[in-house]
Amino acid sequence: MKYMMLICVDGAERRQQVERRSPEEAAETMRRIGAWLADVDGRGVRLHGGELQPVSSATTVRLRDGQLLVTDGPFAETKEQIAGYDVIECANLDEAIEVASRHPVAQWGSIEVRPLVDD
Amino acid sequence: MPELDRETDRAIAEAFRGEWGRIVASLIRLTGDWDLAEECAQDAFSTAVQRWPQDGVPNRPGAWLTTVARNRALDRVRRHAMEERKLIEVAAELPPDPDEPVFQEIPDDRLRLIFTCCHPALPLEGRVALTLRTLAGLSTAEISRAFLVPEATMAKRLVRAKHKIRDAQIPFQVPPPHHLPERTAGVLAVIYLLFNEGYGASAGAALIRRDLCAEAIRLARLVVHLMPDESEARGLLALMLLQDSRRAARLDEAGELVNLEEQDRSQWDHDEIDQGLQELAAARHDRRPGPYCLQATIGACHATAGQASATNWARIAELYRQLQRLTPSPIVELNRAVAVAMAEGPEAGLELVAALEQTGALEGYYLLPATRADLRRRLGRHAEAEADYRAALDLVTTDTERRYLVRRLAAIRHEGVQQGTKLGQTVDDKGDAVLRLTPETTDPPSEGDTPQ
Repeated sequence: MKYMMLICVDGAERRQQVERRSPEEAAETMRRIGAWLADVDGRGVRLHGGELQPVSSATTVRLRDGQLLVTDGPFAETKEQIAGYDVIECANLDEAIEVASRHPVAQWGSIEVRPLVDD
Repeated sequence: MPELDRETDRAIAEAFRGEWGRIVASLIRLTGDWDLAEECAQDAFSTAVQRWPQDGVPNRPGAWLTTVARNRALDRVRRHAMEERKLIEVAAELPPDPDEPVFQEIPDDRLRLIFTCCHPALPLEGRVALTLRTLAGLSTAEISRAFLVPEATMAKRLVRAKHKIRDAQIPFQVPPPHHLPERTAGVLAVIYLLFNEGYGASAGAALIRRDLCAEAIRLARLVVHLMPDESEARGLLALMLLQDSRRAARLDEAGELVNLEEQDRSQWDHDEIDQGLQELAAARHDRRPGPYCLQATIGACHATAGQASATNWARIAELYRQLQRLTPSPIVELNRAVAVAMAEGPEAGLELVAALEQTGALEGYYLLPATRADLRRRLGRHAEAEADYRAALDLVTTDTERRYLVRRLAAIRHEGVQQGTKLGQTVDDKGDAVLRLTPETTDPPSEGDTPQ
């Protein structure tokens, strides 16, 4: 079963964190995310994934009555913003929860775990 | 043969109570299909209703029903040509000769069912509904009546919960050891919520709500049976038995709440008290008692006091202190304040209430002024107490509790005229009525429990 992990963080909090943290702290976070990736990739659990640029870089695209509507920003203004995603393959939800709970961001942000529709 | 029919009816009813959860659990494990499992279990009981009056009740009704239900499931799987995998699994699990009711119990099945029904990925209301439907065998109509919601709403909750189990692949399994403590706490919280839902029911509420208490006790017994070393499960069972033992004394003839102090203790169910004390004793091997064991011990202090004045309040205050350390909550602290007031005098209690008020944690909660009113009243500070009762009345939300406060207010005016205080008569039976777990509260420590 494939699950999408949406890595969510509070946008304002994230900015503050990034501004306030020392280079050592930043390096430590990177190291822990690296360790998580090494684990899930090593076990073949993660199929793909990646980190997203800040929400300020987002563009929303709609097509209505044949007309293209392009706007700046995300389609919904929410406090929680998606900072990254991972698609994982697990036997069941408990396994997926286990994988998500070990992601470093689970300690300050939140991770939405959603099953993909079977193909 | 009306006599025989009645006997058969009884046998079927008994089998239903005892076997429903077991049959559904084993069919879910075999087929992975919750609806199929329920329907086939239902079919098996319908077949029993037709056949048992003529053929007689089988020697092992549970084995008979399980075999019929499994065969039915196999037929359905075949007929609908579902996935090969399921068919093979079902076939492999069937006894060699399907006509011979060989029933091998796999005790884990009901445990798996409990943990899956109470999975934290399901909404709380869904966990409650699913537990009552699949494990306890209550019909959707019965559950909806118990929770005072339309049947269609309850049906939707059940469907949604089952869909989530299927779509998100919530596994039908007992959680691994490193997650067992928190998941077990989740199961116990659902059971205690059921109990409180029934226990908090006011006089006018339908009897079926009281049945929720019996159902919760039954489920807790099952958990204790399946996980005999889980001391918190025993603690919860003990707590519920001890609370339930006071049921008959909680309401007067007019259906109004009677506080713990004024209850007729001869009306308490001493059989239930004994059972509760036994469970608690069995749980006590645990050196560090958890929240349910602590609350049950508090309940035991009340249950073993022959009369209200014999209550060991100092011990109760100490138990609340331990509970507060384990599961900090302003409600527990308020309970402790009452116990301290009873043990050391109202002033000591008032100090704690004042400190609690300063934190603002209970702002807008009527029990804070109501408690203060009681303590001030016992000190003869009637004018202040009256103001507190009025403040409490502004905040109270249920009619039963409002009437209780109105009676207290009337009594204090009367007493004011008499210039006398009846010590100890004014402590609310918070324990029995006013605080309870609300459906939003999921934490096992059940801050809804009862300051006694």
